Amino acid sequence: MQWETVIGLEIHAQLATKTKIFSGSATEFGAEPNTQASVSDLAMPGTLPVLNAEAVRMACLFGLAVDAEIAEHNRFDRKNYFYPDLPSGYQTSQMDHPIVGLGHLDITLEDSSIKRINITRAHLEEDAGKSLHEDFSGMTGIDLNRAGTTLLEIVSEPEMSNAKEAVAYARAIHSLVRYLGICDGNMAEGSFRCDCNVSIRPKGQTELGTRTEIKNVNSFRYIERAINSEVQRQIELIEDGGAVVQETRLYDPSKDETRSMRSKEEATDYRYFPCPDLLPVVIERSFLDELREQLPELPTQKRERFEQEFALSTYDASVLTSSREMADYFEAALAISKDAKLTANWVMGELSSLLNKDNLDIQDSPISATQLGQLLVRITDNTISGNIAKTVFEAIANGEGDADSIIEQRGLKQVTDSGAIEAILDEMLAANATEVEEYRAADENRRKRMFGFFIGQAMRVSKGKANPQQVNELLRQKLEG
Amino acid sequence: MQHKTMAQLAQALTNKEFSARELTEYYLQRIKQHDPALNCFVTVTAEQALQQAEQADARRAAGESTPLLGIPLAHQDLFCTQEVRTSCGSKMLDNFVAPYNAQLIEQLNQAGAVSLGKLNMDEFSMGCSGQTSFYGACNNPWDNSRIVGGAASGSAAAVAAGLAAASTAMDSGGDIRLPAAFNGLTGLKPTYGRVSRWGMTAYASSFDQAGFLTRTAEDSALLLNVCAGFDERDSTSAQEAVPDYSSTLKQPLTGLRIGIARALFNGDLNSHIGEAVLASAEQLQQLGATLVDIELPHAEHAVAIATIIGTAEASTNMSRFDGVRFGYRCENPRDLADLYQRSRSEGLGELVQRRTLLGAYYLSAEQYQDYYVQAQRIRRLVKQDYMEAFKQVDLILSPTSADLPRAVNATVDANADFLTQRYTVAANLAGLPALSLPVGLLEQLPVGAQLIAPHFHEARLLNAAHQYQQATDWHTRTPAGF
Repeated sequence: MQWETVIGLEIHAQLATKTKIFSGSATEFGAEPNTQASVSDLAMPGTLPVLNAEAVRMACLFGLAVDAEIAEHNRFDRKNYFYPDLPSGYQTSQMDHPIVGLGHLDITLEDSSIKRINITRAHLEEDAGKSLHEDFSGMTGIDLNRAGTTLLEIVSEPEMSNAKEAVAYARAIHSLVRYLGICDGNMAEGSFRCDCNVSIRPKGQTELGTRTEIKNVNSFRYIERAINSEVQRQIELIEDGGAVVQETRLYDPSKDETRSMRSKEEATDYRYFPCPDLLPVVIERSFLDELREQLPELPTQKRERFEQEFALSTYDASVLTSSREMADYFEAALAISKDAKLTANWVMGELSSLLNKDNLDIQDSPISATQLGQLLVRITDNTISGNIAKTVFEAIANGEGDADSIIEQRGLKQVTDSGAIEAILDEMLAANATEVEEYRAADENRRKRMFGFFIGQAMRVSKGKANPQQVNELLRQKLEG
Repeated sequence: MQHKTMAQLAQALTNKEFSARELTEYYLQRIKQHDPALNCFVTVTAEQALQQAEQADARRAAGESTPLLGIPLAHQDLFCTQEVRTSCGSKMLDNFVAPYNAQLIEQLNQAGAVSLGKLNMDEFSMGCSGQTSFYGACNNPWDNSRIVGGAASGSAAAVAAGLAAASTAMDSGGDIRLPAAFNGLTGLKPTYGRVSRWGMTAYASSFDQAGFLTRTAEDSALLLNVCAGFDERDSTSAQEAVPDYSSTLKQPLTGLRIGIARALFNGDLNSHIGEAVLASAEQLQQLGATLVDIELPHAEHAVAIATIIGTAEASTNMSRFDGVRFGYRCENPRDLADLYQRSRSEGLGELVQRRTLLGAYYLSAEQYQDYYVQAQRIRRLVKQDYMEAFKQVDLILSPTSADLPRAVNATVDANADFLTQRYTVAANLAGLPALSLPVGLLEQLPVGAQLIAPHFHEARLLNAAHQYQQATDWHTRTPAGF
């Protein structure tokens, strides 16, 4: 049977508020346990929550960026359950009246097509603390530093039809919250976590299959792998005559499989009700109007501008705008190089592989946008060839200086004097007299291949410095002539 | 010094008739003498009280003469006090010392009031009898065969017996006004949001309001002057401007329209109490007020919906008492579930457990729509009744309690406590300010009447009560033997 996959994501983005959502405690990552936990965070008697205005502002920014409905009123509810890292015995969250309503986000697929994913809602809530199971000889330690940090839970519609789309959507949200400056996106520190709702159905069926929820996946790679392995599990289960149970599952990367955490039958009754300690939040139109003016250029807008202004393909423009830093880098390099296609190729090619190799973010690139721009200028003005430029690029990355000084010091300047090139060619042809004979006797196909051989020989003799176009042209004349 | 009002004591302190230290020693002596019989105090902070008194004397010597400077008060044991245990009348918090002061405590400290200690109460404010405390029942100084009333039992008994000049307390449904009525005191529950809830251990967050038990309305005004106001740590506290409540006490009541819902004077109301309350209405009329008949059609539902919403909120407010971070923890828990279950079932009393379960039931997914959501709808109707009534009248008068306090050993069903609040709980549902004042004696026991005002009109309540107290002497009666 042909199966079709349906995926929806719930993304928890930790908002970059300096203090917690309902208390004045700091939110910095990695502090000594319980040094960022106030009497409110410990839920001591008589303590009360006060909503952080910055959390509201950031959630509204997100809402505006995904073109969502933002109602005049939103409200906080208590979600009741007992857990040691949940001090008050309830999580303050938003159930029926989230701050951000229906919105949408366009994602670029691998074939460069654009798909619109609807966002059901996004709501504010507090994070829980952490239970520490090591170093307490059989007991559990509780660290409440994270308790009460601000989360924005972003819920998509079940509209993604494979793992790659889900990753593209997750990346797009990741990029967006970082563009907006409302989340640092650090997945290793848990600032951006993803729950994946996965179901399958026979191709063509409109009714949704039973879904499972894979909790807390914390890297894009794992999102893809977790979904693929879960889809595979569901297909095998159904084809073997079984049925999918609605449940929460965990992905184990070491075994590349998901396993059951708890099923719906065991699901807790959270006894949601409006939090009586907090007033409904009123969002004024004028506040949203002001915020709208503060919105930066968003990934989609930037991508469209890159396509139009720089005549880049949708794919290239998507890659270059995938992070604000990369887009800024590209534009800074382009301002010097003046050649969009060339700059795009270098940023996405040489630069990206260099960064990947050392696992660096573009903002930590060993070669600055200015340095890259200057290097590219030397290609466009024929000072060096593209091949030589790669050597120079590496040298810049090694800290040997700027393009011009490296070209100068290493004598890499391209030979463009036709007399000098002719001399090189004559020397080379003389040394390969047999091949020249052969060439002249050969048919068209063989000639083509041998021509490449002569070019290679010529570049070798010139140590790569001879201008390739000129070598090409002059060699042809000499062999044909 | 005996049975003097705060205003009288302040005058005496200004006149140097005695020092704050002498006054505090006097009260500490009375506590020593009478508290063993009454059990008003969970904790007496003698040393701290004397220190505060000396500081107050020093401030007075330096020329300060604010009304609360050096006045010995005591606080219901649910207001968090730094370095002094806050037990909420529960084994659960028997070992709990907060590292912070409630906002109200902070305000009173700054005003120079002396704190004699922490007062007994029904456990976690659950109950109306004064009998549910882990520290034992608080006894009624007027008649120890009857309950003292609650939840602010110690707050009422201590002031009635002259063990403190006045006390603080929380009112979530009548917890100040009922024991005030039973003890011949003036009990004020301000408008919801008028006094900060920061540091006041919650029962039901949308009902709870801090207030006072005093000998007179004049004293309530003095305390409210200090404690009213916005607190940025309490999102539900009001930004509304705070008037000088003392300055309007002397206004004549001419033209004041007082509403009476005659329908509330039937049913189970002790007819003698009804008569005493109506007599107080006539007294107010003689002082210039006019009486207007009003209707409060949804009043009969108040108790039922307060039970639902109140226990629902309380059930989740109680979740933090889990034995993990502070408070009672059972010995040798086997695992996490055992730690929760035993800490809570050993640390919390029967009534608290019952209400917590009841509230959790009302909030459960199957019951939520039928109970909680429905109750919130009716709550709006109850509030609307009052809003409508206040278009015609300035204050509403009713009994505070349907009857005298019951016998301590009477067998009562689980709902009796809620029914006790039938006249008082609507003010909490609607967030309205309300005050109980003594208006008679019946079988040698005080009888209270309740006045309710529109939101933030505490000044009007206090003015009417003060004028009444200028013309009558019910508020000067004290229990025999104290």
